[in-house]
Amino acid sequence: MPFGLIKYGLSRRYPVTRKFPARPELKPRYDVVIIGAGGHGLATAYYLAKHHGITNVAVVDKGYVGGGNTARNTAIIRSNYLTPEGVRFYDASLRLFRDLSHELDFNIMYSERGHLTLAHTEAALRTSRWRAEVNKHLDVDSEVVSPEEIARIEPTLNLSRDVRYPILGALYHRPGAIARHDAVAWGYAIGAAERGVEIHPNTEVTGILVEGGTATGVETTRGTVRCGCVVQAVAGSSGLLAGMAGFKLPIRSVPLQACVSQPLKPFLDTIVVSGSLHVYISQSARGELVMGGATDPYQLYSTRSTLDFTEGLMGHVLELFPFLGNVNILRQWAGIADMTPDFAPVMGVSPIKNHYLDAGWGTWGFKATPACGTYMSELVATGRVPGMIAPFALERFRRFDQFGERGAASVGH
Amino acid sequence: MKIMPCPLNGPRNISEFVCGGDVVDRPDPTACGNEAWADYVFMQDNAAGIVREWWYHVATAYWFIAERNTITDEIVRTYPASEIYRSAEGSGPDGRGRS
Repeated sequence: MPFGLIKYGLSRRYPVTRKFPARPELKPRYDVVIIGAGGHGLATAYYLAKHHGITNVAVVDKGYVGGGNTARNTAIIRSNYLTPEGVRFYDASLRLFRDLSHELDFNIMYSERGHLTLAHTEAALRTSRWRAEVNKHLDVDSEVVSPEEIARIEPTLNLSRDVRYPILGALYHRPGAIARHDAVAWGYAIGAAERGVEIHPNTEVTGILVEGGTATGVETTRGTVRCGCVVQAVAGSSGLLAGMAGFKLPIRSVPLQACVSQPLKPFLDTIVVSGSLHVYISQSARGELVMGGATDPYQLYSTRSTLDFTEGLMGHVLELFPFLGNVNILRQWAGIADMTPDFAPVMGVSPIKNHYLDAGWGTWGFKATPACGTYMSELVATGRVPGMIAPFALERFRRFDQFGERGAASVGH
Repeated sequence: MKIMPCPLNGPRNISEFVCGGDVVDRPDPTACGNEAWADYVFMQDNAAGIVREWWYHVATAYWFIAERNTITDEIVRTYPASEIYRSAEGSGPDGRGRS
């Protein structure tokens, strides 16, 4: 009998503390309204308060805190991208992630595991070498490894040559990590609320007030609010919010599904990704295998799950780990990914003055959370686009200046 | 499995098809400016509700039009392109098949 635990639960010396205040009434005006109380929106609010002393901020969300894509991703953190601008940005984010539990005084269960991107073709090996060179040039620890080295790094991986697509090598990125995604949202929410930011869940934005080409407020299901500026950080709903402000985005909303297995004893040390086999897999602290693959094949604003997804994914997982054949899938779910044509985000200014964008995060958004918060808050506070996010401007599409991150951002292309 | 009622082949597993994007009239590339062309290529309605899209049955190389509800995942109606297009000139499918 856990007598100690019962005593603890009944003792008055350990009262339950409320992590952040109950939702207040909406004020008529704020300096900043952030639409979206996910990781990105809450991180932006946190750094606005912490770095810039801006606390007259309301974060509104149609659902509950961190209930969107922040709750639904496979929680992989890495900076082994292909373009120098991408690598710089994601590495800034990863470095912030490393210290985030300490920064937020909230355990986000950050676990550095090492990240293997498997190459099953010569073309993939070539891209791996390219990524390794760009990474090394920017002081990011990535290297191309041979099958023999992979066997030492991750002994449970199937390195047989007697498969459809044998593993020819991999890009090994030592800083690759996983974290508890919900905790990131909660930690930022608590930190922001402690500094005076108001968090308003179950408050859906139904309209954006634009006067003379400038955003001046938002209409919500709980009333209309005026503000100095609006930040939208709403992932799959990006196009809908942009539509309220009167402009379009180069974004398609597509479901991204994921699943977990029953808990197993720890055997998978690293995070394993295969572009050719459309699969990424890691083992959580609970022992569950967290698995994901390509996005759904067509646009949809629904987080429904399909058998097609699990069937297809499991076929690929079993090519890498055949001994998992009898393991059960425990749970599957989906998020709505805001996909851009070049697999890079859309950050910065919009055609509407004082309406700022943090969108187009597709299947690559969770790892960017701390950096997004940092640079979006700087944009809001100074009115100038930070150099680190200038390459992600919406305006790049007008110039046909697309990013080349498809190979490094996602699987299943 | 999810069924797509193909106007040519009848009801088939949706995995046999590729979505070709919204039915959008293409501006005349020789007459519109670069920005208008960029908008046509990149900007999306990304509507929540009933959309009209090009769909392609891969095995038979057949393009058709489907009206689909992007909130309920319901395929409302499918029909041959000839129902709304009288000629191929000046307009055409998005051309961007996705797998």
